[in-house]
Amino acid sequence: MLNTYTYPEFEYQQSREQEQGVIKRHPVVIIGAGPIGLTAALECAAQGIPTVVLDDNNTVSIGSRAVCYAKRPLEVWDRLGVAAPMVEKGVSWKVGKVFFKEKLAYEFDLLPEEGHKMPAMINLQQYYLEEYMVAKCASEENVDLRWKHKLLNITQHDDHASLVIETPDGVFTMEAGWIIACDGANSDTRKMVDGEFSGQFFQDRFLIADVVMKSDFPTERWFWFDPVFHKNQSALLHKQSDDVWRIDFQLGWDADPEEAKKPENVIPLLKQMLGDDAEFELEWVSVYQFACRRMDKFRYGRVLFAGDAAHQVSPFGARGANTGVQDIDNLGWKLKLVLDGKAGLELLDTYSEERVFAADDNLLNSTRSTDFITPKSKSSRFFRDAVLRLAEKHEFARPLVNSGRLSMPTPYVQSSLNTDDGTEFAGCMKPGSNCADSPIVKDGKDGWFLNQIGGEFEVLVFGDAPATNTVSFNGINAKVTVVGRDLEDKEGLLTERFDGQQGAVYLLRPDQHVAARWREFDADAIQAAIAKATCQH
Amino acid sequence: MSLNLKANIKNPDDFYQKLIDAQRDLSEDEIQLMNAKLILVLANHIGEAGVLDQALEVASEQ
Repeated sequence: MLNTYTYPEFEYQQSREQEQGVIKRHPVVIIGAGPIGLTAALECAAQGIPTVVLDDNNTVSIGSRAVCYAKRPLEVWDRLGVAAPMVEKGVSWKVGKVFFKEKLAYEFDLLPEEGHKMPAMINLQQYYLEEYMVAKCASEENVDLRWKHKLLNITQHDDHASLVIETPDGVFTMEAGWIIACDGANSDTRKMVDGEFSGQFFQDRFLIADVVMKSDFPTERWFWFDPVFHKNQSALLHKQSDDVWRIDFQLGWDADPEEAKKPENVIPLLKQMLGDDAEFELEWVSVYQFACRRMDKFRYGRVLFAGDAAHQVSPFGARGANTGVQDIDNLGWKLKLVLDGKAGLELLDTYSEERVFAADDNLLNSTRSTDFITPKSKSSRFFRDAVLRLAEKHEFARPLVNSGRLSMPTPYVQSSLNTDDGTEFAGCMKPGSNCADSPIVKDGKDGWFLNQIGGEFEVLVFGDAPATNTVSFNGINAKVTVVGRDLEDKEGLLTERFDGQQGAVYLLRPDQHVAARWREFDADAIQAAIAKATCQH
Repeated sequence: MSLNLKANIKNPDDFYQKLIDAQRDLSEDEIQLMNAKLILVLANHIGEAGVLDQALEVASEQ
């Protein structure tokens, strides 16, 4: 197979602790240097937490795997200073088309709203994404990335965990205050703590092929139900960078996965789709069975689970890696406050509470998409086909077409960390929502709102400036930013999106989510909301 | 009044899941019967002959 990408080989180094035979206690050890583990390392570095990252391999993701990265994770990576190369290399897109047989049934646009720094969605091969994050980790003093380190065993204690690690130099032991397990759907860490992981397997198989070709297909997501080139099944086409195209074929449950992925079987299938004259080469092929399942809770003692290790979804909707990044967004600041003794362990249980809630939202959406794409009975297939036929001509049927509901952040609307609104606010943000971005001007320069906040609590004021510049509670400081004084809302979009015309005061969490909001500045109320948002009430 | 062909269901994914789930454990014949009943119930709710005629027409389109 052809390779458009040269896999880097990262150097294994024996650690000093292994060489000297001493048992060292690290504040945080991360298991797995995939997209989520690397994000966790960068998040901890941004919070000033030193981490050791262990990976049993010594390169990036083999094969492209995850492809679509959504606006919210890109905003998280931008906060961590690593989004720019991803957006530059990635293919931005926002239009999706759904075909039924040979006809266009439905078309959607992901981000019709202007005034956001990050695009709605980019497509990028996972190996590039990891490569950029590995490079960023290398520039961070606080990240100790160790390749060819395989976790063999964990023993949990009251205030730490012991890890037995195998390297090319043998076996040694280290200790960790906290472990963040990001070792994927087949997580060994999860097995080591007897973590419960249950849900639904779908009786279907999909062939995933990355194909190199020069083509003038537009940069859009194209999805086919029952196409003429692949009867009674579905297919998906997506553009990645370097003229690599991702193609998914539904195979059905009876397909033999080993036979299906042989080039002599894949190439005829691709020719039926792309035409006999199409010139292409295979870069990577794999066959998947999808599952939708999650752990019962994401914290097991000193071990915190994130990404596919904690929850696994079908890929329709790009909810895998995208959700995992938001796990870390939620976890980083909480871990920092606990490590600093500014909050108790209950705060880490709210990591589980909020992200289990998000995982369930993702599981629901991806299960529904999978049910629509692969109907389980004759009647549900009839309903599906009826929806698709009606959608060609009639608007009412189009919202029922489900080829994947693409990843959107789940607002933590029921979170115990929220302070309920005491008054009405317009717009789609609520306590528990992530903040909307907007163009702003800061120190005479054009910029973006989300680049001004994050990492710490903040108070955002629309209206008269209060007498104080900081609100503090138990060593947690929330800086006051006044719109019009500290930054300029040039186009008025920030004020509009935060419903600030009549004056508004927001308490924002370090993960850029709304904790509480009022119409007037009241330092006592803000302190109480900080206490609530950090489980100190 | 004419037949509403604009989107009118507030949470389409919720509705669709309920529809499919309602038939998950039924046999083919039971499903046919349930669909027939569903059509009659909804037709009665609509009531207006003109609207029902238009709906029959839309559903009969090839």
